[in-house]
Amino acid sequence: MQQLLNFFFKNRTLILFLFLLSLSFGLTINSQDYQKSKFINSSAWVSGSIHTLFSDIGDYFYLKKENALLLAENNRLKSREYSLSITSSETLNLKKEYKLTPAAVVKNSYGFLNNYLTLDKGRNDQIREDLGVVNSRGIVGIIDKTTSKFSRVISILNTKSKVNAKLKKNNYFGSLEWNGENPRLVQLYDIQDLVKLNKGDTIVTSGYSSIFPENIPIGAIAAFKLNDTKDLYIIDVALFNDMTNLRHVHIIENLNKEELQILSTQDE
Amino acid sequence: MNSLLFSNITRFITLVLVQILICNQLNFMGNINPYIYILFLLLYPIGSNRMGFLFIAFSLGLIIDLFLDSGGANAAASLSIAYIRPIFLKFSFGAAYDYQSVKLNTAEALPRLTYFALMIFIHHFILFTLIYFDSSKFKMIIYNTLVNSGFTLILVLLLNTLFSSKKS
Repeated sequence: MQQLLNFFFKNRTLILFLFLLSLSFGLTINSQDYQKSKFINSSAWVSGSIHTLFSDIGDYFYLKKENALLLAENNRLKSREYSLSITSSETLNLKKEYKLTPAAVVKNSYGFLNNYLTLDKGRNDQIREDLGVVNSRGIVGIIDKTTSKFSRVISILNTKSKVNAKLKKNNYFGSLEWNGENPRLVQLYDIQDLVKLNKGDTIVTSGYSSIFPENIPIGAIAAFKLNDTKDLYIIDVALFNDMTNLRHVHIIENLNKEELQILSTQDE
Repeated sequence: MNSLLFSNITRFITLVLVQILICNQLNFMGNINPYIYILFLLLYPIGSNRMGFLFIAFSLGLIIDLFLDSGGANAAASLSIAYIRPIFLKFSFGAAYDYQSVKLNTAEALPRLTYFALMIFIHHFILFTLIYFDSSKFKMIIYNTLVNSGFTLILVLLLNTLFSSKKS
């Protein structure tokens, strides 16, 4: 017993080192599995507040650019409004399917394999997990975690992100993922080899999942090749969005989501 | 002693803030970010309690992880270099380290450069291995390690020269 205690005492630095090392390995492995990383994430209150404070300052440097973006979007929406033949929208009995909430990005990254954004809206603003996030140019990601004031978004530049996407011209759909190499290119998998592809074809969201509405722009085809078994395409998609510079985004909530989910679980 | 403690606490807080708010927003040429917070570990007083140092290194890394959403990668990397620091000190400074007479501020340039470079390289290698965590991305790990190490080393040397007090 004495010897055992002596052994521990003599090697206490090594034991502490190994203990802390295994702790940090554990945290790393947990964070790879994004469902489990509850403890360390930037939507935590302290880090969220600090990021907000400083991104508020940073926002001033981008005011001009943001204004130009807003003007462009307003212009697009106005031109659509004028080209609609119906003049008064009150006569239309439009059913509301999606609710949009504006939010500001307080933290963004794109240099890692698994990138996350932090937004300044949380549970207090009725933001829940699994809502889609877009901006005026295209999709950004999906919310995976919320605290009362902040929420964390799995960016489409995350190797664990998977979004259903389709070709705009003929509706063939596949799965949009990222290989972690270039923050301007994402990959679209599972498109059949008999589909005719051209460089520059537009890729949009498919609307098959309940997260994103249909036809939200994603990007244009930059290159494509067949996979190893020569039956499916691997397509490089150049994003419309500049993921390295995001300031303001919209969170999309599908108001029919529960009903859709009831239907899809009945099949199983 | 008190002023040493105070300067270490100030250095800790300043480096964490600079790291999170400036260095990780740089994204120089795509995704090159210097990890200057390890300057704290490099300059931590030599010959102080090792267990305490390990704890401090671990929590420093963990704080950085908290802000960067990187799990425990920074914590593991900082902890490891804190643990193997004596070996590198001995390797770089030779006999001077054995007699506990190394003063980083007054040390010669070459041993100091060796010591910084070794520590930074090992730290970045562990960091990127854990961030990518995928053997098929080995090329990217090496590339990122080398490029980021170089950038960090330059910044660390500059900062060290800028803020070191030349009292011999």
